[in-house]
Amino acid sequence: MPNAFALSCGLPVSRPRNIVLGHGSGGRLTAQLVRDLFLPAFDNPALRKLDDQAVLPVDSGRIALTTDSFVVTPLFFPGGDIGRLAVNGTVNDLAMSGARPLFLTAAFILEEGLPIGDLERITQSMAKAASEAGVSIVTGDTKVVNHGSADKLFITTAGVGVVPDGISISASNARPGDAVIVSGTIGDHGMAVWATREGLEFEGHIESDTAPLNRLVHAMTRAGDVHVLRDPTRGGLGTSLCEIASSSSVGVELDARAVPVREEVRAACEILGMDPLFVANEGKLVAMVAESSADAVLAAMRSLPEGRGACRIGRVVAEHSGAVIVKTEIGGSRVIDVPFAEQLPRIC
Amino acid sequence: MKYVDEYRDQKLAEKLAGEIRRAATKPWAIMEVCGGQTHSIVKYGIDYLLPNEVELVHGPGCPVCVTPLEMIDRAHAIARRSDVIFCSFGDMLRVPGSNGDLFQAKASGADVRIVYSPLDCLRIALANPQKKVVFFAVGFETTAPANAMAVWQAKSQGIGNFSMLVSHALVPPAITGILESPDNRVQAFLGPGHVCAVMGYREYEPIAARFHTPVVITGFEPLDLLEGILLAVRQLEQGRAQVENQYARAVEPGGNQSAREMIRQVFEVCDRGWRGIGSIPGSGYCLREAFRDYDSERVFEVDTIHAPEPEACISGSILKGLKKPHDCPAFGRECTPLNPLGATMVSAEGACAAYFNYGRQLVRLPAMEGAS
Amino acid sequence: MCLAIPGKIVELEEEGSMRMGRIDYGGITRQACLAYIPDPQIGDYVMVHVGFAISKVDAEEAARTYRYLAEMNQLEEIAAPETPPEAMP
Repeated sequence: MPNAFALSCGLPVSRPRNIVLGHGSGGRLTAQLVRDLFLPAFDNPALRKLDDQAVLPVDSGRIALTTDSFVVTPLFFPGGDIGRLAVNGTVNDLAMSGARPLFLTAAFILEEGLPIGDLERITQSMAKAASEAGVSIVTGDTKVVNHGSADKLFITTAGVGVVPDGISISASNARPGDAVIVSGTIGDHGMAVWATREGLEFEGHIESDTAPLNRLVHAMTRAGDVHVLRDPTRGGLGTSLCEIASSSSVGVELDARAVPVREEVRAACEILGMDPLFVANEGKLVAMVAESSADAVLAAMRSLPEGRGACRIGRVVAEHSGAVIVKTEIGGSRVIDVPFAEQLPRIC
Repeated sequence: MKYVDEYRDQKLAEKLAGEIRRAATKPWAIMEVCGGQTHSIVKYGIDYLLPNEVELVHGPGCPVCVTPLEMIDRAHAIARRSDVIFCSFGDMLRVPGSNGDLFQAKASGADVRIVYSPLDCLRIALANPQKKVVFFAVGFETTAPANAMAVWQAKSQGIGNFSMLVSHALVPPAITGILESPDNRVQAFLGPGHVCAVMGYREYEPIAARFHTPVVITGFEPLDLLEGILLAVRQLEQGRAQVENQYARAVEPGGNQSAREMIRQVFEVCDRGWRGIGSIPGSGYCLREAFRDYDSERVFEVDTIHAPEPEACISGSILKGLKKPHDCPAFGRECTPLNPLGATMVSAEGACAAYFNYGRQLVRLPAMEGAS
Repeated sequence: MCLAIPGKIVELEEEGSMRMGRIDYGGITRQACLAYIPDPQIGDYVMVHVGFAISKVDAEEAARTYRYLAEMNQLEEIAAPETPPEAMP
């Protein structure tokens, strides 16, 4: 006998244009989303099984594991979107240990009312980024929260990679004498995002530099003795250098004139009163490399598009342990320190 | 960038530093008035290029720092209203009042927005007719023409849901106040370049004469500051006390006539309090009666809260140039940018914050290798 | 307040009754209000603060002061003992 309390609507479920709470309920709407949106985009054998977990083969070696959350606003900005950022950001966190990134997870928290078209664009973007980086998105999750409880869309990822034997790269491995190298211009991503914020728009070719760096890292580790790798995301290059100086108990000397900044990014920073050293990047790395290897590592970097702007910007020293000292454009000195919070535009 | 890069030339900086070393035969204390000048000095390490004889004293040219606590509390109270969109320059967002800062107000649901220009507020007001848009107009004379235009446009376009919370400060009365102080040690000033681009520099002439103190109107790039310091040292060495214009490419003696006229139409001079210093007569702007409908202090009834400044804070002495951040026992310890005790730490332009952010509590920089 | 940046006027516009301009800062452009600049011309450089041009850059004045600095650069060093500046004051 049919359960009198099992209410079900006889109407067929048509394809809604916006995310509704039902999409996160685990029922038919969720299944529809996975089947029609996520699966075609991310398609791979593990994901197709649609198990609660992905069971994956790995080579022997050490596993690198990372997790990250992406909450950027706006969702779409010049040069990328939150999806691309999520994939590249996770790949890069793994790559900074010298690991070969392999598998990613993607958990979505969606705000009720999010246009499904936006979710589709973001998902396609993630698929493309994963393919470029050579990784697979093998499992995920979807939750929906009430309108107002999330800023459109949040993505949380985990990433798994394998670190080959013989590689030991860590923020605590910098040694006095090491060359400090950056893979290209800084401040691009942060200024691209600021440029799209209301009231601060300007026209110009400022694009996010979001990019996967695993291929670059691979070329670097084959070319020479890499001690430290860091991708300076929020907080910028300056923050990363301070963290490394502290972890390794070394001093860092930075040559302000050597730090590459695109003309447009510099102009935007001048207008807003911001310092490029503390503006976010999403497709750059800073490395500390044994001085004897530095030229070879630089050559290897410059042979790849994502490393064509690579250059020396300073060196690691034994003095002033934990402090990063900048030789300024006019030959003065200043110490830089980790900022307390995100840099804001100033008018004074 | 044209008119920027040329003024950051290292060789010329070294030459100017060399000239300063040659010119200074006695110790001199020179105050740079503007927060932006302080910022530049610390960012480029300019004071490290100077001889021992020349001491730079950081002045009160940080309008954010000197905004009275009562005004900040008033701003926060208005921002927390559900019918208000509160707009501000980025500088003010982290300044704490008696109960947190604007970021915390935002976290509790207040609609707080960073704007780059006061005109952005007019656009927000037109787009949100059901809300009251308030702009926190903090600044020296440099910002007054922009703020005046916003109010003037609001009135002429009848944008009834826009108002301005005004906290403008004027430089000449502040300089006079410093020079009148019995324990003043400042012997020359680097005058505020962009304030003078608007106002001209005539009003500094009586001050220079009365106190026999040179005032060199100076720009903000490293070469401007070094040249300004050189001109000031030469005046001091020669016993002169004139107003000199280092920043002639942007400043004329009479300033910007149309900007001054708009300021005159919209604002009038009034007394105001300076955080850390106290009340200075005739040192602020308020909106004229004709614009009272656009004055947030009239539009919103807000109780003021009086809160004493923490005893440990010596901001007043620092703003007057009597002490340096290192002289304060709380500097870098109880008092940090994350937990500022007073005026000079609350904003990135304050002397204490500038010193802190440029790491001067961390490490003694090695002696310069001799610039030239 | 102090932060004003020099930029070149590349376009003149009107917004309502306000004279506006598009300013090039070396790679990026942004609108600014030119109401306080008498007779602005394309190609003029202006100092812009919070979206308002507050003065023109006097190219002759800039060239004059810069020439003075550059000439100083060519002066011979006076051979006098130089004391290196101290570290923190």
